[in-house]
Order: sequence, then structure tokens, then C-alpha cells
Amino acid sequence: MIRLAVISGKGGTGKTMVAAALADLFATGQVLADCDVEAANLGLLLDGEVTSSEPFMGLEKAEIDQDVCLFCGRCVDACRFDAIHEEEKEYVVDPLKCEGCGVCVWVCPSGAATMHPYQAGDVLASRTDQGHLSHAKLYPGSGNSGLLVHEVRKQAEKMAGESRLLLADGPPGIGCPLISTVSGMDAVVVVTEPGLSALHDLKRVVNVSRRFGVEIFVVINRFDLEPGVCQEIERFCEDEGLRLLGKVPFDSAVVATVRRGVPITSTDSPASKALRQIKERLTAELDLNG
Amino acid sequence: MIVCITAKGEGAEATVEPRFGRAPYFVFADTEAGTFVSVKNELVDAAGGVGPRSAQVLVDHSATVLITGQLGGNAATALKAAGIKVYSFGDAATATQALEKYTQGGLSEIL
Amino acid sequence: MKIVVASGKGGTGKTTVSANLAYALARRGGVTLVDCDVEEPNLHLFFPGESEKKGVPVPVPAIDSERCTLCGECGHFCRYGALTVLKDRVLFFSELCHSCGGCTLVCPVDAITEVGREIGVVTTSHPLPGLTLISGVMYEGEVLAPKVIADAKEEGGDEGRVIYDASPGVACPVIETLEGADFCILVTESTPFGLHDLDLAVRAAAALGVAAGVVINRSDGEDDAAVTFCQEHDLPVLMTIPFDREVAAVQNRGGLIARDLPRWEERFAELWDEVARHCEVKV
Repeated sequence: MIRLAVISGKGGTGKTMVAAALADLFATGQVLADCDVEAANLGLLLDGEVTSSEPFMGLEKAEIDQDVCLFCGRCVDACRFDAIHEEEKEYVVDPLKCEGCGVCVWVCPSGAATMHPYQAGDVLASRTDQGHLSHAKLYPGSGNSGLLVHEVRKQAEKMAGESRLLLADGPPGIGCPLISTVSGMDAVVVVTEPGLSALHDLKRVVNVSRRFGVEIFVVINRFDLEPGVCQEIERFCEDEGLRLLGKVPFDSAVVATVRRGVPITSTDSPASKALRQIKERLTAELDLNG
Repeated sequence: MIVCITAKGEGAEATVEPRFGRAPYFVFADTEAGTFVSVKNELVDAAGGVGPRSAQVLVDHSATVLITGQLGGNAATALKAAGIKVYSFGDAATATQALEKYTQGGLSEIL
Repeated sequence: MKIVVASGKGGTGKTTVSANLAYALARRGGVTLVDCDVEEPNLHLFFPGESEKKGVPVPVPAIDSERCTLCGECGHFCRYGALTVLKDRVLFFSELCHSCGGCTLVCPVDAITEVGREIGVVTTSHPLPGLTLISGVMYEGEVLAPKVIADAKEEGGDEGRVIYDASPGVACPVIETLEGADFCILVTESTPFGLHDLDLAVRAAAALGVAAGVVINRSDGEDDAAVTFCQEHDLPVLMTIPFDREVAAVQNRGGLIARDLPRWEERFAELWDEVARHCEVKV
């Protein structure tokens, strides 16, 4: 099975639009994973039905048993994350700040501080017309999104069966969720746009991806909005030996299809045509016809 | 010599498990005494760092050989530094079979 | 007054709003702009200039091998797997360490001290009269974004008008940015993606008790869904920025509409006044 992630560095470049279009065009023999767990949008473009939901337990978090607490304050002093506060003569753990290190448990003389599993989100499986989709919902304010990405990947591997392609929609940025997405992939498609911020972020995400030895492809979205910067991106790809799969024009049909909740490839617009060519090139590059 | 085999259950006849850090059990086989000791892996559902932490379990049990399916980068670093040799169990189905193949020299080295 | 500019979804124009707002305020008595999007800091692209750098160190263990008895306490304590105690030495995985200090506490022979390891930098510059720009920059491959954000916010101080540009999403970096802020401007676009993610961001702000309002960006005039959402959630719509090629062209070149197009400077100044009014109501 070929494992492919669509990523972007900068958010809002059209990554999910491209991922949904590729999913729609590959159509069969694939398993899908939405690794953008903080803003899981792939399912909004693919008509799907949730078939299972499992609680996602993040790191354990501390709790303080008020019946046993001596109110000595050692836990407050020892906590590096400023997660324990005094509230009306009680010490209370703020689960948003607790990193689950266990230092409070160690310093507590009375055994009042203990560690407990903490639900940080849900791992979901859906059935879509384009194949099984593994995705998740991270509760706002919960950390550990990298681990949740790992769970989404793991579920996708289980659901893969005889699939010849695992197609993932990645998170923006270059932090732990991105690293969890790219590790173990065969190739990434970086979706960028002709803007200075997007180019800056493209360079950073390419650097990180290189460390994982994946093949790196580039798609320039809305390329015609700023021809000067677009040329700069093309030069960057050439200098760095990155393969440019294609350029997608600015197309008002994109927003219209997002509003309708369907992939852009369900239309015959200019952006749709460009994405069809991109899919053909990708198929040839990754030898997906076998 | 102590050989550790990652397994889905307890005992010599337990089915082998391909994951290292998230294996449900570690079966420690003492090749001189012919005994098998099974240790439940407390880290199966732990959030992170399971590779190096599982390596710690092997060090604590004085294992010098590990038979498993796959390894993460940090686990590999830790096992290598600890001087623990790692082999793939190949087509062996149980802990005993994996150990037999290893003693016959029939397993390929991962690390 | 300290306000956060955030968005659940990336690419909604959050940074553009921060930059334009800062430009308008710089010309009206001054502002400190703090880039808390430490994974992809972009504000310096709008405001180039000479900057001073300060490292962001996190404490990590250093083990005195003379004293260490290889007892294994530190390795068993560390929930992140950052320490593995071998038969002859202790291995440390710096990228797994959360700097909790637990290993130094549990070591029975005081063999562990802490040393600083740099995971990023905070840069400070004065690119325009009235504007102090502070950027948190996390090194590639590092994961402790909240620490870099905390240092950047501290550098920004508490005085006067401070704008924090948050990272996209709703996870720990955004929580760290929202902490202690007076108000949160949520930038959205009125597509289903935008609203889905706005909903998440609203919850994150609510979880921290920070009041919020909405700026609708790239509006094509079909904002009914966004406006209804805001009414339902009792969120004021603070400003609407239309999508047109003129605005997009200025922004893609790294320009500022508050500087390069007429009337926008005043509109961003009014945005701030509007936010200030909402903060007073809450107090």
C-alpha cells in the first residue's frame, strides 16, 4: 500500500480541497485518514456516515482528593506547569494545564494526588462513497493532538484491508501533529499558494518532511492570483528538486462546492480540470495503476 | 541468556505480537533454565515514549535478545545503546517457535 | 488591554487582521504585537526590520555519571520515556522530555541537575514608530510550543495595548496564548469549513473564560450562515472584510490594506475601539 499525505505548512492554502478532490478521483481501493484532528474537515466534503466512535484517552491527568489533602502546598510548588491552584481553601488541578508528569503525586505526603485517565476526544470511523474514513475530534483545549493523529493513523491501517492507497489530509504547521502525520508515509503533496507567508511555510514544512525520507510533491493553488510569487515558488521547487505536480487556477467554483459540501471534482470547472491532471501525474509517479 | 519475545498473551505458547512498545506482554525466556516468565506491559495504552520505556523493561529483566516485529526510532536507539540484539520473528507463530528458530539461527536481525 | 487574534481554521486571514490592526494602532499611540504562532511565525514578513534575539531554554536533566548508581528511579518515574537506564549509563531522549523536573526530585543520590536546552528564540524589533514586534520562533522538529509562546508573551509585557497572534487550531498552543487575555477576536470565513472550525475556537475561548467577537474575512456577500451562527452564540460581528482581487493582491504581496488601500486604516482603528467597548461591558 502506498501512503500519501496532503500537507501545507500554512493553513488555508486549499489542502483539504485538494485531498477531497484526490479522494474523489481515486474513488476506489483506498482508505482515507483525516489527520487534521484540530479542524477535521475532510468529512464535510465527502458524504459519509459515522460507523463507530471510540473515546480518545490522552495523557493521564492529576486529581486531588480533598478528603485526604493536607493543604501543604508542596504540589503547587513542584508543578512546573502552573496547573494546581487554590480555590476556596482547596487545591484544584486545571486539566487544561496539567501535562500528566506525576510530580505532584510524588511530592504529595498524604496520597491525595493521583493520576487518572482523561478523555481528550473521540476517534471516529465513517463510511463514504470514496472509501472508509478514519478521523477524530479533539476536544477544544486538549493537548496531545500528535497522539490522536497516531490513533487515526492506526485505525486507518486497520481499516485498510486490500487498499492500494492510504490518503491522509494533514494538519497545518510543523509541530507534533504534522510529524505524527508524515512519519511512515511514502510521499507527501504540499499544497501552497502564491503568497509570501505560504512560501515561507512551504520551506519549513519541506525541511521537516525531508527528515522522514518521503517523496515530496508540490501543488500551487490559486496560482494566477500573484504571478510573481508563483514564479518564485516554481524556482524554489526547481532548486530544491521538488516535483511540481501542477497548478490550480483561482476558481469561484471552489467556494461554491465547499458550501454545497461536495468535492470540486464533482464539477467541470477549471480547478477541477487541473486537479484531474494532477491526479494522473501522481498516479504515474507513485505507480498506482498496478 | 534471557530472550524477550513480544506476545499477545502469557506463557511459552502465547501468540507473537508484531508491535514492540505496545505489545500486550513481554515473554522472557531463560535459555539455560528453560523457563518462561511473562510480564504484562503496563504501557499498552500509555500516551507516549513507549519505545524507550519498554526498552527499560527489557534492561530491568536483563534481556540481551529481543524477538519482535517492528521498532520505532527511539526504541531502536535505546535497545542499541543497551546492547540488546533485535530479531524479526518471521513466520513463527508462538513464543516457543520464535525461540526455537532463533536458537537454530533462522531469524533475521533487525538491529 | 491584551487581545488575542485567533481562528479555528488556518488561512482565514488571522495574521492579516493582526498586522493591519497593529499598523493602525502604531499610528495611534503605539502597540505591542506578539506573534504566538511559533510553528509558522509570519508577522515579521509584514514588518521587516533588525531584531534582537533571545533564546528560549527549557530545563533538561544532566546526569553526573560519577554519582549515578544506575538505580533506575528516574527512568521509571518519567512518563514521557525520556530516560532509559541501561546497565552502564543513562540514555536521555531530549525531544521526549517535557521539563517537568521529576527526575531531579526522585533521584536518591542527587546525581541529576538541570541544564538549559534551546528550543526556539524570541525576537524583538521596532519596525515602525509606535510598533514593537515580538516573534516566538520554535525550532523545526521541537514540540514544546507553549513554552516558546509563554516566553514571547512575557517579553511583550502587560503595559498598554498588546495583540497576540495565535496559531490556528484549538490545542495547547492556543490555550497558552489565550491565557490571561482580555478579549479574543476570532477570524473566520463564511464557508462550512470556516464555521465548523469557528465553533471549535469559540469553545476554546469559552473554556478559558475569554470573551470573544468575530471578524468575517473574504466575504463574498453570502454571510447569512456566519451571521446566524454569531447571533446564536451571542458573539458580536466586529468587522466584515470583503473578498476582492484588490484586497487579495495587496495581501499576497505581503502588503497591508490599512497602509496600501484607502479607508482601511480607520476601519481597523474602529475595530480596536469596538473591542475596547466589549471589554468594558465585560468588566
